[in-house]
Amino acid sequence: MWSILRKDLLLELRTREAIAALIVLVVLILLTFTFALDPEGARAAAPAVLWVTLIFAGLLAVQRTFLVERESGAWYGLLLGPVDRGAIFVAKLVANLVVLAIADVVLTSLLVLVLGTGIPTAPLELAFVNALGLIGFSALATLFAAISVRLRARELLLPLLVLPLLVPVVICAVEASRIVLAGGGASAAAAWLRVLATFDVIVTVAGWMLFEQLVLE
Amino acid sequence: MTVVDADTIAKSFGRVRVLRGLTLRVDGGDTVALFGPNGAGKSTLLRLCATLYAPTAGTLALFGSRQPSAETRRRIGLLGHQSFLYPDLSARENLVFYGRLYGLPRPEHAADAWLERVGLAANATRSVRVFSRGMEQRLALARTLLHDPELLLLDEPWSALDAAGADLLSEILEGLRADGRTIVVATHDFERGRAVAARAVILHGGRVVWEASPSDATASVEAAYRQVTGAVAA
Repeated sequence: MWSILRKDLLLELRTREAIAALIVLVVLILLTFTFALDPEGARAAAPAVLWVTLIFAGLLAVQRTFLVERESGAWYGLLLGPVDRGAIFVAKLVANLVVLAIADVVLTSLLVLVLGTGIPTAPLELAFVNALGLIGFSALATLFAAISVRLRARELLLPLLVLPLLVPVVICAVEASRIVLAGGGASAAAAWLRVLATFDVIVTVAGWMLFEQLVLE
Repeated sequence: MTVVDADTIAKSFGRVRVLRGLTLRVDGGDTVALFGPNGAGKSTLLRLCATLYAPTAGTLALFGSRQPSAETRRRIGLLGHQSFLYPDLSARENLVFYGRLYGLPRPEHAADAWLERVGLAANATRSVRVFSRGMEQRLALARTLLHDPELLLLDEPWSALDAAGADLLSEILEGLRADGRTIVVATHDFERGRAVAARAVILHGGRVVWEASPSDATASVEAAYRQVTGAVAA
């Protein structure tokens, strides 16, 4: 698993394809919201803006990581390896998580600068909420990107497959972020975080167990 | 020991039936050349044997196991139409990655040795993206053999190689054959295929339609090919 993760991060560091696309999209979406909403409304909508932006831009980045493997045929090289195919899923999930975490830091900083949300009073708690949300998103998107990447209409199918299933993540992450950004603390958002953590565990374990069957042609 | 035991296997992709009840047995140390026209099912058969596909019907046992595990995959090397290499990594980085994936004790050492063996040592640090098709094929060969597989599955291995590269490949395969490795090679090149393999098999329409055992070494593959496929040998 470590060798796959290391290779994915090295490739991303070298090409910067996913992170560059992610950050450009994050900035564009954020600017659209900034002009569309009045300052007060923009601050109130900050948690929703954060997650909508992360999810739409993240889908593009996650799909990109699989396209790189498929285009070169290296995907089959990975599947030929003497590793548990579930471990390939976990390595891809973690690599996507690293890229999404970088985008999250950039996005949160831009929210403060552009939307004027103010510096979060509990940055570690916000980071915890974001981490839980991103794990769920990354696990689900990685699983479906692996399936959709071999289909002809993959660009259309990935959002269609993933977005309905992401509803629990979006609701819980937006609510938990809103509470933490308002200074409520993670304990005040405990109910949302429990649901988020449960979702993360279920999707990650299901992905690890199902991956072998899903990638076999 | 039977390395590949395919019993009336079928493989379909949607409505397209590629293999239709194919039966083939390959014992340890066998060298088999698969011939057949385009679409006969040679590549699909090799991919099934590499555990990349699952048969739609029939049974396929590899090294005696019907449920291929990670350990089964460790014993297999596949050289396919695609190189399975990362264009944005250098030749050496690609081999080191695959060496780590296969758990080799010294992946850097193995990568350097194979780069030397396939004549790419001078290009070790160059990105695969700038490689010619022939250089990529040489590197793909190194990737295939890096982990010292017991079963070698080669799909059109001589394609894209220049004369020196093709001779090098034949020499490597001859060495592996002498070493007792099991080799299954799909090719349109009768001369090179026969030189490497002791057994010839012709596939047509997803089935084995002709087979010459080692004792029938004089049997004319070309004549049989023309007879069963109605085509002129490539």
